[in-house]
Amino acid sequence: MDFDFYLSTMWSVLKALPLTLEIWFFGIAFGLVIATGLTWLRASGHKLGEYFTRAYVFIFRGSPLLVQLYLIYFGLSQFDFVRHSPILWPILRDPMYCTIVAMALNTAAYESEIFRGALRAVPVGQIEAAKAFGMPAFTRFRLVTLPIALRLALPAYSTEIILMTKATALASVVTIMEMMGTAQKIQHDTFRPIEVLTCAGVIYLLLNLSIARLFAWVEYRLSPHLRPPPEQSQQIKPVPEVL
Amino acid sequence: MEFLSDLQAQVSTAYELLAAGWGVQLLWGIAWTLAVTMVSMLIGAMLGSLVAAAKLSPRGGLRFIGESYTTVFRGEPELLIIYLFYYGGTQVLTGVARSTGSIGSTDILNMPSFLGGVLAVGIISGAYQAEVFRGSFLAIHRGELEAARAYGMSAWLRFRLVIMPQVLRLAVPGLGNVWQLTIKDSALISVTGVAELMLTANKAARSTHHSLLFYTVAGILYLVMTSVSTPIFEKAERYTSRSFTRPK
Repeated sequence: MDFDFYLSTMWSVLKALPLTLEIWFFGIAFGLVIATGLTWLRASGHKLGEYFTRAYVFIFRGSPLLVQLYLIYFGLSQFDFVRHSPILWPILRDPMYCTIVAMALNTAAYESEIFRGALRAVPVGQIEAAKAFGMPAFTRFRLVTLPIALRLALPAYSTEIILMTKATALASVVTIMEMMGTAQKIQHDTFRPIEVLTCAGVIYLLLNLSIARLFAWVEYRLSPHLRPPPEQSQQIKPVPEVL
Repeated sequence: MEFLSDLQAQVSTAYELLAAGWGVQLLWGIAWTLAVTMVSMLIGAMLGSLVAAAKLSPRGGLRFIGESYTTVFRGEPELLIIYLFYYGGTQVLTGVARSTGSIGSTDILNMPSFLGGVLAVGIISGAYQAEVFRGSFLAIHRGELEAARAYGMSAWLRFRLVIMPQVLRLAVPGLGNVWQLTIKDSALISVTGVAELMLTANKAARSTHHSLLFYTVAGILYLVMTSVSTPIFEKAERYTSRSFTRPK
């Protein structure tokens, strides 16, 4: 056991953690924005909106993220108008931005389905009750539909976030030196892939376990009404039989 | 308008390039992708059922092993596991071969890329399949297991006649999802040099400088594969649950 080697590898990979988290955060944030738009489009009831979101979800869920990433990074630059555009080109020539765009577009497809399912799962009785109270549509959405739907979407959403953590590793194939890319480089320099990848694996696993724990905590805090009542501490104990 | 003329030029070169031989190459790529996915699913099914059994076991030690397996292989990036099996396999093979003297002390014995890739994707697939099998087992009516026990059926007979047919029936929709995941994961083993669809598209894109065309074609072919498998799994679901539907 070469303890120093493990320690130095761990440290080098950890130094790339901020970059991984950056890709992760922006991918998730933009993904959430797009997913909200898609869900709204789907729920609006327009036929055209429905067709568009269906096609979007079909395309982005049905093909590997790697293909989408390559298509955005290598493929789109084939268009002259992309290369000459002052807005698109600075984004699409940078592998970092491309990874974030690919992740955001990809996760939006999965998330919009999660949100759609959650909206449909809101009990009709709750909405009817809100209507019976005379709540206007927006108040109804803000006070009844949205809180219930968010609570219902949380477990599936946390799974999607963990999938996104794993997806950040793909950035390494387009030359980004995040954790996976750094581990790859050390591995090539030292020819000790098992040790190096184990170090990186431990960090990824700890990252994902903490994300899962965080979501479990949020879920626990958001569902006090679903928990069994706390044990009564001063229960009347049966009188012990004396002799 | 510039966009349209661009697109038109792309489409006309697309036909030429695909007809010039890249089309056939891509078809071979599909065949390899399907082969990788099927072999991985089989490895995953074997590992998955063992891990599911471990997770359901009354023994704490086995449960811990099962839990660790599913946590680790569902929590790690797929790419890392593929690298671990491919490069790690090379490291182990080289070490063994050097110490037995079958290769020189500076030679390297490479892990066969298909084997490394299939093992990695199979093990990941196994982690997801284990969850599917566990869920289906828990969905079996407790009463049926008790009844089988009351009849004096042995553990093996119970497994063969009561548990397995029902687990298979209940697992079909979940296995369909894992199949889709595995097709998509198989694209990642292009990094180890298996000539599946993704790597073929990569090669074509690099050597012809038409990356947009070839990645789009690859994307469409993946979409075809994933969408063709949906009705197949639906049919399998109807078939396995035929005794639970009303006759027409």
